[in-house]
Amino acid sequence: MSRIELTINGKAVSADVEGRTLLVHLLRENLDLTGTHIGCDTSQCGACTVHIDGRAVKSCTVLAGQAAGSNVTTIEGIAKGDELHPMQAAFRDNHGLQCGYCTPGMIMSAIDIVHRHSGKLDEATVRHELEGNICRCTGYHNIVKSVLDAAGRMTVLQAAE
Amino acid sequence: MGVEGIGASVVRKEDRRFITGKGRYVDDIKLVGLTHAHFIRSPHAHAKVKSIDSSEAMKMPGVVGVLTGQQIVDDKVGNLICGWAITSKDGSPMKMGAWPAMAPETVRFVGQAVAVVIAETKNQAKDAAEAVVVDYEELQAVPDIRAAIKPDAPQLHPEAPGNVVYDWHLGNEPAVKDAFAKAANVVTLELTNNRLVPNAMEPRAAIADYDEAEEHFTLYTTSQNPHVARLVLSAFYNIAPEHKLRVVAPDVGGGFGSKIYIYPEEMVALWASKKVGRPIKWTGDRSEAFLTDHHGRDHVSKAEMAFDKDNKILGLRVKTHANFGAYMSLFSSAVPTYLYATLLSGQYVIPAIYAEVMGVYTNTTPVDAYRGAGRPEASYLLERMMETAARQLKVDPTELRRKNFITAFPHQTPVIMAYDIGDFGASLDAAMKAIDYAGFPARKAKAKSEGKLRGIGVSCYIEACGIAPSKAVGSLGAGVGLWESAEVRVNPVGTIEILTGSHSHGQGHETTFAQLISDRLGISINQVQIVHGDTDKVQFGMGTYGSRSLAVGGTAIIKAMEKIEAKAKKIAAHALEASEGDIVIENGEFKVTGTDKSIALPMVALAAYTAHNLPDGMEPGLKETAFYDPTNFTFPAGAYICELEVDPATGKTSFVNFVAADDFGRLINPMIVEGQVHGGLAQGIGQALLEGAVYDGNGQPVTASFMDYAMPRADDLPSFKLSHTSTLCPGNPLGVKGCGEAGAIGASAAVINAITDAISNNKLEMPATPDRVWHAIHG
Repeated sequence: MSRIELTINGKAVSADVEGRTLLVHLLRENLDLTGTHIGCDTSQCGACTVHIDGRAVKSCTVLAGQAAGSNVTTIEGIAKGDELHPMQAAFRDNHGLQCGYCTPGMIMSAIDIVHRHSGKLDEATVRHELEGNICRCTGYHNIVKSVLDAAGRMTVLQAAE
Repeated sequence: MGVEGIGASVVRKEDRRFITGKGRYVDDIKLVGLTHAHFIRSPHAHAKVKSIDSSEAMKMPGVVGVLTGQQIVDDKVGNLICGWAITSKDGSPMKMGAWPAMAPETVRFVGQAVAVVIAETKNQAKDAAEAVVVDYEELQAVPDIRAAIKPDAPQLHPEAPGNVVYDWHLGNEPAVKDAFAKAANVVTLELTNNRLVPNAMEPRAAIADYDEAEEHFTLYTTSQNPHVARLVLSAFYNIAPEHKLRVVAPDVGGGFGSKIYIYPEEMVALWASKKVGRPIKWTGDRSEAFLTDHHGRDHVSKAEMAFDKDNKILGLRVKTHANFGAYMSLFSSAVPTYLYATLLSGQYVIPAIYAEVMGVYTNTTPVDAYRGAGRPEASYLLERMMETAARQLKVDPTELRRKNFITAFPHQTPVIMAYDIGDFGASLDAAMKAIDYAGFPARKAKAKSEGKLRGIGVSCYIEACGIAPSKAVGSLGAGVGLWESAEVRVNPVGTIEILTGSHSHGQGHETTFAQLISDRLGISINQVQIVHGDTDKVQFGMGTYGSRSLAVGGTAIIKAMEKIEAKAKKIAAHALEASEGDIVIENGEFKVTGTDKSIALPMVALAAYTAHNLPDGMEPGLKETAFYDPTNFTFPAGAYICELEVDPATGKTSFVNFVAADDFGRLINPMIVEGQVHGGLAQGIGQALLEGAVYDGNGQPVTASFMDYAMPRADDLPSFKLSHTSTLCPGNPLGVKGCGEAGAIGASAAVINAITDAISNNKLEMPATPDRVWHAIHG
């Protein structure tokens, strides 16, 4: 066991973890942040995607110890109180989710995609960029729509700020 | 009525919790004193279990217990059952081997559990499992369906000689023989329907909690039908009587059929929680999902179709071998029989049909219903046959279909089904228009000039949904009734709870069902709560599969609502001193028609519960229940057309366009319906191009991770163009047919027909990988 300190959703957190503990297990089991899901064991599905220092990372590929000192944001940390993040709102408004299991990872990946492309996205780019997130329910049709919609909303918001 | 009623694409009530990470799936639940289970699984496809030595494991940190297959047999936990009895041609019942929840003597597929380790943490359970020594004696395995029925094949179960579970048939063999005798043309086709792994994104999980004081079990599980789970666990597996067992299926992350069944892990967790006196959690990982979630499809078929000189179909003959895997899963026996052969008439007038189906054991994961269940296999066979025939007869494939469409309803097929209504020509027209079918030759020519092979493929599917009526399925061997129940509780303040036996795991019941109430009463969907997935709350239900939730479960809600409204109108009439017949319900109010007198729903509800001033003899309260058993299946149908290009240099396929025109009857929430179609299409296209569970000759799965099994990703799929035609289902008051499986049923044939059209070679199997397509082009 070793003690690590990091920031999660804006709050300072310290936890005792085994060397083999993955970040996703720290989030789900130690901190009860169960919005981050586990859908595979080969880092293929992306259901566990979170942000580490602003970049989308599959939290099953990171040891908890490696995340020490970093700033982690999970699906629970992106809304401002009752006000949804534009990506969350876009997924709801475009029916971009069905069973909801891949959704947190999709949303966290999608926010990063919009940031990396400065909001300038087309369908082909979104489809290519979502390659690391698997959904079995939606056929991706409405997820792609959601991401394109959110890209517009986020750009407008950014301009306003 | 209203902006949230029937036909409104309102956003889903359930979404907020999912998009904020507040969904509550089984693995998210923690109980005080929780222990963790890890299963020890066979690495062999066929072996004797000679011994299990857990002495070292028991000394490991945190270990609470190691339990084996022999112990579960000794404790008289029942073997897993198959709930649909099929009778062979010769009148004999189907032949099944015993399936204990953990294998005491023989393992018959890779991944079958032989023991379980229970420890304080998941990691401790995994560590200790490494120290359990299982001594196996390997036996020869047979994973392949053709090899399994050879005379010298290894035998899986002594109860099933030759590995044959049943040799079943349906239809009229002499009539088909006559049809072929007078045929002007005969078209033959041999094909394989590839084995698929359902892969719901949430792996299966279970938490079992035994309360010694009450002698009561609670099971939290990833189930599509918690009441059926409770029934089977009680009646057949001897876990506990029904009143001592609560089954909860909270948020469930997709099912697609794979979460219908009661799996060994749930049985073991319940049994073991009493044995070790602690609650137990098991959460499968993806590898376990590949090994143990029941797979889908896996047919090998040969079909022949007879045509007269005018290209009218005279008869169809089909012989199918269905791979059941190593054991007979809960509904497996029905899938290649009553859910498959009964749909072989498709959208066509076929005077004579004869189908033979042999169900076969192999050393592979059990196979059962997966999205569509039998109907995709029928549709794929028939629609490839129609395309093959059109090419052989040198007619346009849409014209050949049109010439043979059923146009008068009701229509009795020669294979049990009585189609109630449809307009197949309208769906085909809509799809052809959407894709500009007439303009295809010009597009093909242009693509050719650019070095690409362009193809177009049509698929006109029909399915039978609802999976009922109970009397009919009972006469065909089903062990359960397939009705649905609903309870409507109008609370004293006028809010409404709908308790349904259907289960939502992505389908959006919390919204769609609330829209039904909104439509009838003119109230907001936010005043309505849908309660499902808990046997302590909902009295009984049959669950969600077969696109049945709205047609059967929704109708049960309507039936209960009719009773609620009748009583509420009496209360309102009494309060308003009016005649009951003059009361109408509008915008949440009970009004006396033609006057300005009214009373709001909350006041009616309050009156029902205060009971200060009710009509003489009326019981207080406002709560009603209905059980609804449908009168027929429903028959969603439609036309899908796929246009694509093949690169002859690489064999790679690229979509140009995919259009779907479906007839689901009335749509309650078109947005949700379209989402269901998108997902179904993705699974159908996945089967056609990407997915396939592969075993090597020794029964080792070689596609048991997302690294090896090609799940459709966002850049593998096109955006879809959907349209709807509508004939209202006469069998239920909503006029609905069901939409959950259509995409998966109709899409595969459209894709393969398009590729075979592009490459001018009809010999192509699914998944049509670039390698297979390249070889089909270049030999």
